Amino acid sequence: MSKKKKVSRLKQANNELVFARPKSLRDIEMHFCAGCGHGIAHRLVCECIDEFGIREKTIGVAPVGCAVIAYDYWDFDVTEAPHGRTPAVATGIKRVRPDNIVFTYQGDGDLAAIGTGEIIHAANRGENITVIFVNNGVYGMTGGQMAPTTLAGQKTATTMAGRSLRRDGYPLKMLEMLAVLPGVKYLERVSVHSAQEILRAKRAVKKAFKTQIDGKGFSMVEILSMCPTYWGMTPLKACERIQSDVTTFYPIGIVKTY
Amino acid sequence: MSRKILMCGNDACGEGAVLAGCQLYAGYPITPQNELTAYMSKRMSETGRVFIQAESELAAINMVLGASAAGARAMTSSSSPGISLKQEGISYIAACELPAVIVNVQRGGPGLGNIAPAQSDYFQSVKGGGHGDYRVIVLAPASAQDMLEYTYHAFDLADKYRNPVLILSDGLLGQMMEPVDLKASDRKPQIPEKPWALTGCAGRKANFIKSLILTDVELEAHNIKLQEKYNIIKEKEARAEVFNLKNSEIVIVAYGSVARLAKAAVEKARAKGMKAGLIRPITLWPFPDKIIRDAAATAKKFLVVEMSAGQMVEDVMLALLGKAEVNFYGRMGGMIPSEEEILAKLESLL
Repeated sequence: MSKKKKVSRLKQANNELVFARPKSLRDIEMHFCAGCGHGIAHRLVCECIDEFGIREKTIGVAPVGCAVIAYDYWDFDVTEAPHGRTPAVATGIKRVRPDNIVFTYQGDGDLAAIGTGEIIHAANRGENITVIFVNNGVYGMTGGQMAPTTLAGQKTATTMAGRSLRRDGYPLKMLEMLAVLPGVKYLERVSVHSAQEILRAKRAVKKAFKTQIDGKGFSMVEILSMCPTYWGMTPLKACERIQSDVTTFYPIGIVKTY
Repeated sequence: MSRKILMCGNDACGEGAVLAGCQLYAGYPITPQNELTAYMSKRMSETGRVFIQAESELAAINMVLGASAAGARAMTSSSSPGISLKQEGISYIAACELPAVIVNVQRGGPGLGNIAPAQSDYFQSVKGGGHGDYRVIVLAPASAQDMLEYTYHAFDLADKYRNPVLILSDGLLGQMMEPVDLKASDRKPQIPEKPWALTGCAGRKANFIKSLILTDVELEAHNIKLQEKYNIIKEKEARAEVFNLKNSEIVIVAYGSVARLAKAAVEKARAKGMKAGLIRPITLWPFPDKIIRDAAATAKKFLVVEMSAGQMVEDVMLALLGKAEVNFYGRMGGMIPSEEEILAKLESLL
């Protein structure tokens, strides 16, 4: 290859954008702890919205929990919802604006504890909305208390000796519970603990939005996510824990599709 | 042109909402407001709008929050225990400055109480109800016609001030059938532009709606802004109906269905030569303090009649600031005071 050609190829490569911040994601520093999975999950949502070209018709509903200030990071219309009522708020929006793309972004406390009623009934009505459910097994914002999804034996601020199934009950598998409902069209569990899993997670988020765009009905992606701060471990160890412990109880894969 | 039909108050309320262009109604079964939910399920479907029977009162108020955030006129209704459940959502709606209409067809309390008419949710309605420093505009209808008119007007007030408006009715008003003039059906609702609403950010910056304001300085500023709005509402929207107030030596203050009974008692008292009058607050918040205070120019005695242990009576005392003697007569637990009881109480005071 001549020197001239080499330079030209280099120029071409320099001009070709191969990786950039999604338009839907604002260019500001996030407040999440080191090693937290929320930043990745936020980005995946934004990448999918950009790729579908639906930024200008998307309305997000942010939860109460670590993702409460999602509207600071997302550059499209967003409302907050009271703790757990997120799917009810999304229902109200989608019913009066059926042509918009409406999604909720919820943590495990929001979705699987205080908002259990709202998620089950929104799913059962077959609301044509998308739910991004981030499961990190603890209440992060309030100091790492036990969540409904906390694994048996897991130490948290309210299960100092580890979650006792006898005292605290069993971890909830929301996707498996929702799968029996006819209005539910697409359910997949993914993780963001490795590059490979992040790619898979993106495909799932995209499929979930596609489900709504095509008017099929309720779609939800459960994203297993790291909380190094309240798991009491390094970010790297937290990623390893998802692979070794979390995915054993919450298997990755499609739970329901159409 | 007059077009009168026989309707119960709950149905009239629903028709007021339909006429006002309500686009989403979400409700949950509870007596004595069930006629309203049933009416809305029929009328909202007929008019191509959204009716949702929600899984809970919490879900219903939050569906209203969502619809309102998306720019639609939205309403929910319930009765006392259900309204308690909605308070979380009402606090958020007020904090986010969203318009919404909420109907409380009050029943006897506390707790599950019973399904008979009561006015024991006054404090909850006018003093806050949920957490935080916020106010809800409270309208008190006294007839089926009022149920229609006030509900229609409530949507305008809610949009004008971007604030929740509560219709404080009771089981008697809700279920009693009366002739209702549907002349309002000729009206075209004037729904203002809502540039703040979430509609998708095409051609504009993204909108967000939230009540979370983490810094104390900013949250205080937000509260000050809310209080300034409430002061404007206090100044402009306080309303009351007055009856036989001229030269009254004694004035009854009563709202809602009790005001109807009090009016009849005042008429009988006048026939007996007693100088009695009536003030019926139409807005419970803002409270018509000035109208009550002005009446103290001639009346040195006031009688507050409520279907409660005495709640509005505190606001009457605050309005009068010691300028007149304030008496109270109340029934509780779903008991309705009779004209005779009110008249006897009047006589005992003169």
